[in-house]
Amino acid sequence: MSTRLATGGRLVNRGAQIEFSFNGKRLQGFLGDTLASALLANGQVLVGRSFKYHRPRGIVASGPEEPNALVNLGEAGRFEPNQRATTTELFAGLSARSQNHWPSLEFDIGALNSYAARVLPAGFYYKTFIHPRPFWKHVFEPIIRHSAGLGAAPKDRDADRYEHFYVHVDVLIVGGGVAGLQAALKAGAEGKRVLLIEQTAAWGGRAPVDGGDIDGTMAEDWVNATLQTLGNMSNVTLRPRCMGAGVYDHGYVLAYEHVSDHTPGTDAPRHRLWRIRAGHVVTATGAIERPLSFAGNDVPGVMLAAAVRDYVVNFGVSPGDRTVVVTNNDDAYRTAIILHQAGLSVPCIVDARPQADGELAMQAKALGIRVATGTGIAAVRGGKRVTGVALCRQAGEGATTEEIACDVVAMSGGWSPVVHLWSHCGGKLVWDEARACFRPDPDRPPRGADGEAFVSVTGAANGDFALGEILPDARVEEPSEMPLLPVWMMPQGAGIAKRAKMWLDFQNDVKVSDVQLAAREGYESVEHTKRYTTLGMATDQGKLSNINGLAVLSHALNAPIPQVGTTTFRPPYTPISMGAIAGEARGDIFQPVRRTPIHDWHEDNGAAFEPVGQWRRPYCFPRGQESQAEAVAREITATRNSLGLLDASTLGKILVKGPDAGRFMDMLYTNMMSSLKPGRCRYGLMCNENGFLMDDGVVARLDEDMFLVHTTTGGADHIHAHMEDWLQCEWWDWQVFTANVTEQWAQVAVVGPNARKVLQKLGGDLDLSAEALPFMGWAEGRIGDFDARVFRISFSGELSFEVAVPASRGRAFWEALHEAGAEFGATAYGTEALHVMRAEKGFIMIGDETDGTVIPQDLGLDWAISRKKEDYLGKRAQARAHMTDPARWKLVGLQTLDGSVLPDGSYALAPGHNANGQRNTQGRVTSTYHSPTLGYGIAMGLVLNGPERMGEVLSFNTVGDATVEARIVSPVFYDPEGEKQNV
Amino acid sequence: MSEMSALPGAVAGGLVDIRELGLQGMVTLKADLSAPETAAAVRAATGTAVPDQRRIIETQTGAVAWMAPDELLILCAHGGADSMVKLLCNALKDIHYLAVNVSDARAFFAIEGSGAREVVAKLAPVDLHPDSFGPGEMRRTRLAQVPAAFWMTGEDSIRLICFRSVARYVFDCLAVSARDGGEVGYF
Repeated sequence: MSTRLATGGRLVNRGAQIEFSFNGKRLQGFLGDTLASALLANGQVLVGRSFKYHRPRGIVASGPEEPNALVNLGEAGRFEPNQRATTTELFAGLSARSQNHWPSLEFDIGALNSYAARVLPAGFYYKTFIHPRPFWKHVFEPIIRHSAGLGAAPKDRDADRYEHFYVHVDVLIVGGGVAGLQAALKAGAEGKRVLLIEQTAAWGGRAPVDGGDIDGTMAEDWVNATLQTLGNMSNVTLRPRCMGAGVYDHGYVLAYEHVSDHTPGTDAPRHRLWRIRAGHVVTATGAIERPLSFAGNDVPGVMLAAAVRDYVVNFGVSPGDRTVVVTNNDDAYRTAIILHQAGLSVPCIVDARPQADGELAMQAKALGIRVATGTGIAAVRGGKRVTGVALCRQAGEGATTEEIACDVVAMSGGWSPVVHLWSHCGGKLVWDEARACFRPDPDRPPRGADGEAFVSVTGAANGDFALGEILPDARVEEPSEMPLLPVWMMPQGAGIAKRAKMWLDFQNDVKVSDVQLAAREGYESVEHTKRYTTLGMATDQGKLSNINGLAVLSHALNAPIPQVGTTTFRPPYTPISMGAIAGEARGDIFQPVRRTPIHDWHEDNGAAFEPVGQWRRPYCFPRGQESQAEAVAREITATRNSLGLLDASTLGKILVKGPDAGRFMDMLYTNMMSSLKPGRCRYGLMCNENGFLMDDGVVARLDEDMFLVHTTTGGADHIHAHMEDWLQCEWWDWQVFTANVTEQWAQVAVVGPNARKVLQKLGGDLDLSAEALPFMGWAEGRIGDFDARVFRISFSGELSFEVAVPASRGRAFWEALHEAGAEFGATAYGTEALHVMRAEKGFIMIGDETDGTVIPQDLGLDWAISRKKEDYLGKRAQARAHMTDPARWKLVGLQTLDGSVLPDGSYALAPGHNANGQRNTQGRVTSTYHSPTLGYGIAMGLVLNGPERMGEVLSFNTVGDATVEARIVSPVFYDPEGEKQNV
Repeated sequence: MSEMSALPGAVAGGLVDIRELGLQGMVTLKADLSAPETAAAVRAATGTAVPDQRRIIETQTGAVAWMAPDELLILCAHGGADSMVKLLCNALKDIHYLAVNVSDARAFFAIEGSGAREVVAKLAPVDLHPDSFGPGEMRRTRLAQVPAAFWMTGEDSIRLICFRSVARYVFDCLAVSARDGGEVGYF
């Protein structure tokens, strides 16, 4: 049993007992505990089940490398699966549940999988795809889906908030151990702006546990003194609970701060994502201890040696009474010594090396601890908890030489530097033969734009495990260590039965035998082997399994380890919350919503909104019990018969000014704009350089060298960018300035036979008569007491004035129009009425009739393409063979024979089928509506040779089997002579 | 009828005080900023010199801010923006330029209090450290998902402008970032 020791625990406050629950059981811990240490203190070693075989899983580690102790944490809006118990700080009321078991943690039916391990080998998942074929859908897939998955998915809305924080520093140091603190001291003394982040709540890394003296004081005292010195430097910021998650180009680093995970329910954000620009990044990320591969190394109670002593020293927790230490290095002897000093039993240190006479080994022996050299573990006894180990000769095949009863096995296969952050942005590694680890290659660092290294590495992250190596200038006293012996399998000659019980990846159930099978089946690349066996693909991303796995692979392939290489290290270092990534962007501010100056009126008057880009525009204004279709019909009828009002403020408005403005406009538009007279408007088409129609709108010439370009609502920003792109990159010597003034103006379309009357009724100094302000003219002056620009343009086919007033007066102008227009039944209309009315007139809509593959010629807009101009954007593209192909589908009107509305996107059917067995087509619907004006369905579409086939009837498909017949007609359904708009 | 700013009277508290500042005169001037004609016109219209890159100069009636290598923003009384445009047009008629009243295209906010830097640093990718940013500096940048620009009028006081249509979004972003409990304690 694991338990709380009577004394000790440098990180816990024994005066502050707190209550928490695990699987509904109420338990006690101390402030400063992690969930893992508190569980151990309560005798709870078994914490979960493995992914594939549902094997019992116990706590293995004490930090972020933990593969097993993943829990469903919290309830309801604070529920989160797959939380590592080893990095979860205990708080009062914490509730955790173990994962991946059914029906209970103690008794799990899925554990039967373990007996079926022989038929669930490496690549099992992929093999089920192949043979026998029907089995995948009906047998394997349902079973795998049922048993796969770790934690449960959250069901409730996240109760917490999250945020980002941008900082710029000269030096960012990741890792608050001795190496990171030393780096901060140095950079701080140089006057640099320094940020030092540490993923845990405690500073000092391993040194306070592992000991050693620095400049005559204990390592822990040195850490505290250094923290004080750094605290006094105004240019140094220290941030605990903040993990370096990823390193990116240009010194960009993401760090993940646990702001209130340990104090939930406060008003603080839960997580904060630091978005850091660093002049230089120092990784002082330490190292992770490797497990040893021996049979039964996954039984609960087998732990990393350093984790065992962490629980004793940091939390005053004993993982068990009798601990067998198994190692290939000197460092693990520290565990034995610390356990012994804590009054716990260490029956044996099993050392795979033929000799053990380093200083630590001598110390252990002096304490009376037995050391068995040249020895390995043949088997672990026990199921849900270790009960003993069988020893064997490391050099042999695993014949048991001795049985030892114990309840903990503390294993150490050496240490792997945490090279993740070094590697994220291209830093390369070298294999260090002596230390049997990959370490950063100083000659191939991540490089910045200047070609210089922007990441450097210090301490154990660099393979410098000893204090003396980390602090070369300090006076360090620590035991010297003898070299380790690389041990990738224990015993080295183990047979298949043992290899099939040697776990590499505890979470994903990948064993030595699986990697060897993959190698036999032809997997040579470590990246392929990883995906085939799922080695390192669990939520711990192979922190424990990576090096052991590739060492096994390299032996199986008979290739040296550096030749096999590592898999790719990708950010984040450990999983970060989706909330932290989203930051403030949720709820009402998930995305910006753009509102016109008249938006509040629309809300107050029951508008049904639709998104148009980031704008919300009224789709229609239903009244009372009216349906949306009824509202649209009413709005159209009112507009066609008397007076409609449209909030057109979202229309893009871009000023183009300068001596070369006319020349520039002629290049932007397909038609001639330079010949436009001041005071006049002209409709124009804009194409991209591939010839495709990208935007349309009305241009007004304000004066000799200034044009006002109207774009579509969605086009304002990207057309402005398009203009600037050409001006800045191609025609940089043209004298043209542009300005996007879209939001300066509130714009109202005053539409219908009574449009002129209502404006005249408002008064002002403008002559709005047909003679003074003819169709396609514009004027500036006062309407009532509003400064206004009036454009006589029409998108509805009715008499229409688009009136722009300063945005600050928009709401007042809109209300003044309603007041003055009351006698004409002034009716606000929305985008759907706008669409129907333009379709009745056969006006195209960017995004309906165009989709990025349509050229103006397809739409019968040849009249808007200048033949006189030498060039315009898209001209050459439109001359290419495919663009001039007479078989391109062309715009026509479509009128259903039965008066119904054609389905949107419907295809005109042609005889026969294509090579894929699909029905041949000869056209498609681009816009389709019910016309309340005409009383039947109208549509526009692109049809093969359409304009030459007037009167012909085509069949259009529907979602079901039925077809709809429609006749090809002119796209102009309403007032083809344009008599209504030109009055 | 009355003139309306984007979010009349909107206020929020917490780590800082956030206020919508009502209508503010703003004129965009595009021209060759190194031309003597530009310098003379700006001085005649505002009484000050052309600001350096990323700088803002406060004047008696407003301020002049650098926006781009060929663009300035002139702040003045809301009712004075049209005459400011005319003034510039007259002074610059011999060179290539663009001057336009953009007052109503914008919303204008004050963020005041000791947490002002922190609140903005949660939303804008700008170095807000006092060594890098203080009164006299102007940043044209991004605030969460929309364009914005800001400057400081004092150690604890930031002025921020954005497009009018996203005033509500910007205000809400600032307000949530200013909520109590979100102190970073960095600057």
